[in-house]
Amino acid sequence: MTVDTTLAELSDALFSVSVGLYSLAVVAFCAQLAFGRRPAAARELVGAGAAAEPPAAPEGPAAEPPAVRRYGIAAMVLTVLGALTHAGVLLFRGLATDRLPWGNMYEFATAVVLVAVVSFAVLAVRRPVLRHLGVFVMAPVVLAMVAIGLFLYAEAGPLVAALRSSWLAVHVTTAILGFGIFFVSGIASVMYLLRLRHDARVAEGTAERGSLLDRLPAPAAIDRLAHRTAVFGFPIWTFAVIAGAIWAESAWGRFWGWDPKETWAFIAWVVYAAYLHARTTAGWRGKGAAWVNVVGLGVMVFNLLYVNMVSTGLHSYAGVE
Amino acid sequence: MTVTAPPREAAAPSPPPARPSAGRRAWNLWVRWWRRLTAMRTAIILLFLLALAAIPGSLLPQRSLSQTNVARYFADHPTLAPVLDRLYLFDVFSSPWFAAVYLLLFISLVGCVLPRAAEHFRALRTPPPPAPRNLLRLPDSAGLQTRLDDAAALDVVEEELRVRRFRVVRRQTAAGPELSAEKGYLKEAGNLVFHLSLVALLLALAGGKLWGYEGSVLVVEGGGFCNSFQNYDTYSAGPLVEGNDLSPLCVDLEDFQAEYEENLTASSFTADIRYGGPGEEGTPQTIGVNDPLRTEGDRVYLTGHGYAPRFTVTTPDGQPPLDVSAPFLPTNPSTMASEGAVKLPDLGADQPQLALQGFFAPTGVVQGGILTSIDPRPLEPQVALIAYQGYLGLDTGRPQSVYAIDQEQIARGALNEVGSANLALGETLTLPDGTAITFTGYDEFAALQLSHDPGQVWVLGAAIAVLVGLLGMLLLRRERVFARPTAAPGGGGTVLTVGSLTRGGGEGGERFAGLADELRAALSARAPARPTPPAGGVSPDPEVPTP
Ligand code: HEM
Repeated sequence: MTVDTTLAELSDALFSVSVGLYSLAVVAFCAQLAFGRRPAAARELVGAGAAAEPPAAPEGPAAEPPAVRRYGIAAMVLTVLGALTHAGVLLFRGLATDRLPWGNMYEFATAVVLVAVVSFAVLAVRRPVLRHLGVFVMAPVVLAMVAIGLFLYAEAGPLVAALRSSWLAVHVTTAILGFGIFFVSGIASVMYLLRLRHDARVAEGTAERGSLLDRLPAPAAIDRLAHRTAVFGFPIWTFAVIAGAIWAESAWGRFWGWDPKETWAFIAWVVYAAYLHARTTAGWRGKGAAWVNVVGLGVMVFNLLYVNMVSTGLHSYAGVE
Repeated sequence: MTVTAPPREAAAPSPPPARPSAGRRAWNLWVRWWRRLTAMRTAIILLFLLALAAIPGSLLPQRSLSQTNVARYFADHPTLAPVLDRLYLFDVFSSPWFAAVYLLLFISLVGCVLPRAAEHFRALRTPPPPAPRNLLRLPDSAGLQTRLDDAAALDVVEEELRVRRFRVVRRQTAAGPELSAEKGYLKEAGNLVFHLSLVALLLALAGGKLWGYEGSVLVVEGGGFCNSFQNYDTYSAGPLVEGNDLSPLCVDLEDFQAEYEENLTASSFTADIRYGGPGEEGTPQTIGVNDPLRTEGDRVYLTGHGYAPRFTVTTPDGQPPLDVSAPFLPTNPSTMASEGAVKLPDLGADQPQLALQGFFAPTGVVQGGILTSIDPRPLEPQVALIAYQGYLGLDTGRPQSVYAIDQEQIARGALNEVGSANLALGETLTLPDGTAITFTGYDEFAALQLSHDPGQVWVLGAAIAVLVGLLGMLLLRRERVFARPTAAPGGGGTVLTVGSLTRGGGEGGERFAGLADELRAALSARAPARPTPPAGGVSPDPEVPTP
């Protein structure tokens, strides 16, 4: 099997294009936030403080002036275009090498970011109010893409024998899905915590209304987003771990051996289980639970970066210089 | 959950009782601790502890993964390592403290989930609870206007809810008729299946560890092994495995092939084997990476491969030439450069013992006298040999690696280097005393591993149950709907108050709005057709039997 270099180069070019589109999307999301109408924020303050009649549709886009709405729509269009080229990166990698395009860390991480972008885009299309989170999702996405391009890039190439298995394909695909979804969930929890802290400061008078944070959706809505995505991601992650164990049984002779990667997948699973519990436990609901979710995201990122690049388990992908 | 159940005994405002007996006090203490252990917040803490406890197992070398790495760590950190070892930090996953955490977690889980199972079972057989007094206080509620009378309006609601798979009950209370409905019992069942399957998974894992074993052996093409502990290079067995429990299985390696891509990435390894009982002809089968042999209860894996160079040794005393071969371990999997040793303690009565320390290159190039390998395929096999004569020290009782010469014997002067050479196929190294060593060829060997884990299928079954339970628990919604009709203020109709309570799934509001709309539509579809049904025509059952 040979690598088709034209397709491989096309894939690399699309990578740069998608980073560019995402960056523009970040700018547009920023504009949407920055030009959001102040009076809206002030009204919200009154509503929240005086417990007057509850705002009829606090999540509705109705309050937005058309210019701001246009920035939001432009940002969404750029995000979707970016996601399409981003999918093209993987598609042409796959065609160039004639295999699933997640055989090394570069491809894996690229796919995870794509899942995060698509999850966010789907949510934001269905609930326009979530577009206000756009900067906070897409800016980390751009950073992640740049880091992937700089530090994880690997030439298109064939897979080593041990990686040629359909269970592995299932395992890696679901791991990517789970990771991407947890990524969105974790960012939502970070935003939730920032927003809560900001609100507390405003309440005690050490901060002013009118910061970017005030244009985020209400804390409860962000928290709900975090929980729902985690609820969606958890069974997928569970399945990914089980599929990995099934594959390990046929490849390494045991289904579980506490290899560092396995250990961290387990740790992440346990942390997300703790998050789901915390969400239904008095005293942990809200802030405590959100922190658990943030820890979960930290564990996932650690598992991707540290465990793949530093430790010497069976999982360490080749091809990272 | 019974998490925050108030300590009822203590709260009773009875006159100060006589000091409770010691047994009573111990019981109370036990109940208090049990409640604390099975509380949800304990579960969160224990889950966190479990995650924390697993961390050192990934950051420090573990004996279960690599004895060599642990030994290296001991060499690098001579003072720290023994302290860590005392804390089981090189055996984290079999350490008592790790076990303590997960056992506590599972006790907590059982103590939490079993009472909930009992409660759930009772709930399954009791009808949905009566409607709360003020339905408008529920998280979601609405008032629906209709021209139908009480009973007919409730009929419509009942029908709509039954279509949506609710269990529906109608009650006649002092305040008039009312309706309670519930669905989503499977959510609770999913919760139970999930948590109890986790316990089953742990038990299956434990069973596999107790009754399982694993042995590995290097087999040269044409050779074989039978399943018994003496025959393995390394093995590990659970405490309940007896030596004569091993299944009677023999495996012969007929042929091994490795294939490579153009850029020398390994694309496939396969071994043609025959397997069967001892002394049997055997069944042929090809095994490979990701594709083990599975017999009843045992699996045989191809875990590695390498080269075993062959030599002919001719001694000057006129004995017939001796053919020897030894497996060399690959030190670089991408070029298959390998290292190993040949030890010949019995060459003849008056011959010194001979040892060859060797480096094998399947495709060798010599640069500046140094042999290196540039290709994993055996295109140009060469060996670099260092020959030693003297005393090997094999019978001193000190264990020696088969793949290396005991450096101690060299340092002590018992073994002396007597010659070295890089040899291509057919070339000979002649030592000062006339001994001649010819590199005559190579065999390929396969590293085979036999595993026996009786718990494995149970683990798989439990894992599937975990997943099914999880999906049920997370995707289903538990939902209660109540309805109560009151006469419309202006007369000539009914206001139906409907309220709902949802657990799980979030977004109750939207779904309830949808339900209310559909009820409204159903009510108005019915109303014009039958303005007022004759009284007594439909007698509302106090309790409609539920399916
Ligand atoms: C290995 C340990 C455990 C894991 C992985 C685990 C996982 C989970 C998950 C994923 C949920 C779903 C939460 C949701 O509906 O969003 C859940 C729910 C639940 N767990 Fe666990 N759990 C574990 C141990 C425990 C223990 C020790 C307890 C009791 C102290 C417990 C009690 C519960 C209860 C009561 C619920 C239902 C919560 C609700 O829906 O209100 N679990 N568990």
